[in-house]
Formats: sequence, structure tokens, C-alpha cells
Amino acid sequence: MIELENVAYSYGGGELLSNVSLTIQPGSFHFLTGPSGAGKTTFLKLLYGELIATAGHVRIAGVDTRSMSRDQIAMTRRSIGMVPQDTQFLDHLSLVENISLPLLVSGRDTGSAQTNLDDLLRWVGLTNHANAYPPELSGGERQRAALARAVIMSPSVILADEPTGNVDWDMSQRLLTLLIELNKLGKTILIATHDLSLIRAAKAQVQARVLRIADRRLHLAGADL
Amino acid sequence: MKQLPKQLTRFLAGDAQADRIVPPTGHTAELTIFAAAVMAFLAIFALALSSSMGRLADRWSDELAQSLTVRITAPADQLAAQTSAALNVLNTTPGISSARALTTEEQRALLAPWFGSGVQIESLPIPQLIEVIEGGGSLDINGLRLRLQAEAPGAQVDDHARWRGPLVASANRLRGIAWIAILLIALTTAAIITLAANAALAANRQVIFVLRQVGARDSYIAMAFVRRFTLRALTGAAIGTALSVVILILLPTGAAGNGLLTDFGFSRGGWLLAVLLPFFVAGVAFSATNAAARRMLRSLT
Repeated sequence: MIELENVAYSYGGGELLSNVSLTIQPGSFHFLTGPSGAGKTTFLKLLYGELIATAGHVRIAGVDTRSMSRDQIAMTRRSIGMVPQDTQFLDHLSLVENISLPLLVSGRDTGSAQTNLDDLLRWVGLTNHANAYPPELSGGERQRAALARAVIMSPSVILADEPTGNVDWDMSQRLLTLLIELNKLGKTILIATHDLSLIRAAKAQVQARVLRIADRRLHLAGADL
Repeated sequence: MKQLPKQLTRFLAGDAQADRIVPPTGHTAELTIFAAAVMAFLAIFALALSSSMGRLADRWSDELAQSLTVRITAPADQLAAQTSAALNVLNTTPGISSARALTTEEQRALLAPWFGSGVQIESLPIPQLIEVIEGGGSLDINGLRLRLQAEAPGAQVDDHARWRGPLVASANRLRGIAWIAILLIALTTAAIITLAANAALAANRQVIFVLRQVGARDSYIAMAFVRRFTLRALTGAAIGTALSVVILILLPTGAAGNGLLTDFGFSRGGWLLAVLLPFFVAGVAFSATNAAARRMLRSLT
């Protein structure tokens, strides 16, 4: 469970988020929407420990991120899969090596996880690109690879920042289907997006809560979405 | 502490997959190896200088401290009597194991460098020299002077302290300078490797960001860089050490004790220092890269 209590985040003298409170229950599906620059990415980074709230409390599994050591934050990130907006890979490593990077840095045996890795590549439709290098992949392939990397540690929470931002409609539906499948497996999903059609498509398939960031505050979005 | 050999073995053996995380940077790698090789090369010669000066100082100190010279300056008709009286005093003084007057041939040999080998010293008013070897207890040098003054007024004792002291001090000072040079070489090595490591870390910010994003601990990220730089420094230092050792072995040698130029190099224990030097350089690289990596990671929030 992730809890935010009166969270604020300021940067460079300006307040980006103010008085945000939210409880994300295990197994829930959330969308986070709002105009560009509203603070969606900042919000996700607070949940991920990449940013620390300047006021209030962000608790991940009951532990305040402000009191976490760097090592604890690293351990927390292993239980939260992140699909960043600008998917970043190590260009000198193959796709399969990039996807298995979380296993490697956590000291797990990537050899014994091979079956899991093969299934994962098949699941995201990248089996034929296993040995390709990131610069050789299209935007959609990179997004799917990022999703595969985010789930390889079997995290309980998956955060996705504009996962369909650089892909066409068919690919965005494919990615959404993958995320819904993960939610059906009990994973908590939070997707930040400004694509309302994606939210509508999802709501037809899964019970999702839609949150909106506006004027530095978090609101529950209306039923019109 | 018991875990140290195991950790060291694991560190040296590494993990082929983890090693690939940081992209290879050919130019930095070559520079690090080259710098480590040059520094090890210089360090070996500084160590050899220190070792040679140490031996020289010890030799001068030991050999000359054990001997005295008594010089008898007297009119020709009294020279033999005063020499005999002085020998009598010397042979009955505690702390002296032997005393003997130099023969005419020996005195001629001492003068040969200045006057040539054909000099007739019998015709010159030169003093008689007595070689005295200490031993069998402590010698009261002031008491000896007083007794000699009474028995042989023309006798003067030279315990070599006047010129032995500055020589030994100079040798020890050179030895100290050699160690300062070694310290400076170590600091320069650390500085060069820190600069190279900082450059590599700065060039790989993207890699660090991705590794953190997927849950890598800072210690894991730091070690990926540290291991690479440590092994490069070890390789370079081994090359530099091997090269300098070959040169030392090929240097012309003379009979032991001939002097600095023909006795330049290591004693037996010194060779052990040469063998350990690459590991010392690797240790310096480890510390320098570790500090640079942790500093850089702390600065990246």
C-alpha cells in the first residue's frame, strides 16, 4: 500500500504539488491525468522515491520515503516497476540484457530466470528482438521493453508515465491490454496519461479510479471520463 | 577480517555480466594503464634509490664506526719510539681489539692517488698511521686521547666522526627524499586515477540513472567502476614494474661496496617491495575510484 498524506513538493522556489493525500490500495487500478506540466511525472517520482516530498509524508509499505536510506530506496524500487516516459536503456546492451538488468543488479541469477525471461519477451511480443540493441527498436517496442523490464522482478506495484505517448492507437491498446492483464494478476497499476481515450478504453475493461492533477492539487475526476 | 580473502577473490574474479554494465571507454582505459605503468616505473627507481642509499649509509656507519686512525707526527728520530709507545697504550686500552702500524707499502698505496706510485715516502716528512679496530667493550675515546698525549705527544686520534657524520646524514637524507618521491608518485597516481574515474562517471550519468531506476544500490554502481579502474591500474603497474625490474637487472654491477653507481638496486627484501608494488598501485586506484564514485553518486540525487 502507498499512502500520501498532505504531500507537497517544491522546486526552485515554486510549489509543484500541494496538500496531496491519497491511499493506493493493493490490486487497484488508477489513472492519473491532467494537462502537460501539471505535475504527473513529479507525482510518480514521489511514489518511486526518486523525489522526496518537501512537506507531508509518502509512505511505501508503511515506511516514510523521507526516512529511507539510499539502500532502502534502491530496495523499494525493486518492488515497484517503473515505465518511464522517456524509456531509457543501456544502448551497449542487448534488449534481453536490458530487460534482465533489475535481476542482475539485485544479485539474482539471470540464467535460472531464462524461462521467465522467454515468457516475458513472448508476452510483450519482442521474442524476435531479444538480441537487438535499443537504438534499433521503434517507440512502441521500446515501451513494451520498458514494461517487460518493469515487471521482471514481479513487483507488486507498476507505475507507468505516459506509456502510450509515443505510439500509435493499436500499440497503445496493446500496452493497455498488458497492463490490465497485470492488474488481473493482482498488481497495483497507476498510469499517468493525458490520453483520455486510453482511459475510456480501459474503463470498459477494468474498474479504474481516475485522478486529476490541476492547480497543484489532486482531485478525483468526474464520471464523464 | 576472515571474509577478506573471499571478498578479494570475488572482487578480482568479478562477474562477467556485471562488468558489461558500464560501457567500455577505450581512451580512458588506455590512459589509466599508461599512467599506472609510468608511475610504477618511477616508483621502482625511487625504491631502488632508497634501498641503495640505505645500504650505503649502513655500510659507512658500520665500517667506519668500528675503526679509528691514530696519526703520529714527530721528528724522524722520535717517530719509531712514539709509535711503539702509542701501540703499547692502544693494546692495553679496553674496547680495542687490535692496533697495528701501517707498513711503508700501505702508506705508499694511500698516497699513490695523489703523488703517483713511484713516490719515495721515506724522503717525505709524513706521519706514521696506526689502524685501530674497536671491539671487546666500549671505548673511552677521551681517556684514550689523554693517555696517548702523555705517552706519545705527537699522537692524534681520528675517530672518523668528523666526515662520517655528514656522509651518513647525506645518505639518509637522500633516502628520505626517495621516500618523499614515492609518496608523491602515489599521490599523483591517485590524482590521475581520480580524474579518469570522474571523467568516466560523468560520461556515464545516463548509465547511473538507469541502474538506479532498476534498483541498483550505490555500492553496486560504485563497484562496477572501481573494479574496472583497479584492474586497469594493476595491469599498468605490473607492466611498469616488469620493465623497470628488467632495466635494474641489466644495469652494470661492480663488486659489493664499490659505491652507489655500481650497487644501485634492491637487496633481497627490496625485491619483495617490487613484487608488491603493482598491488599497492591497485590499492591506490581502488581507494581513489571508490572515493570518486561515492562522491559523484552522493551528488546525483
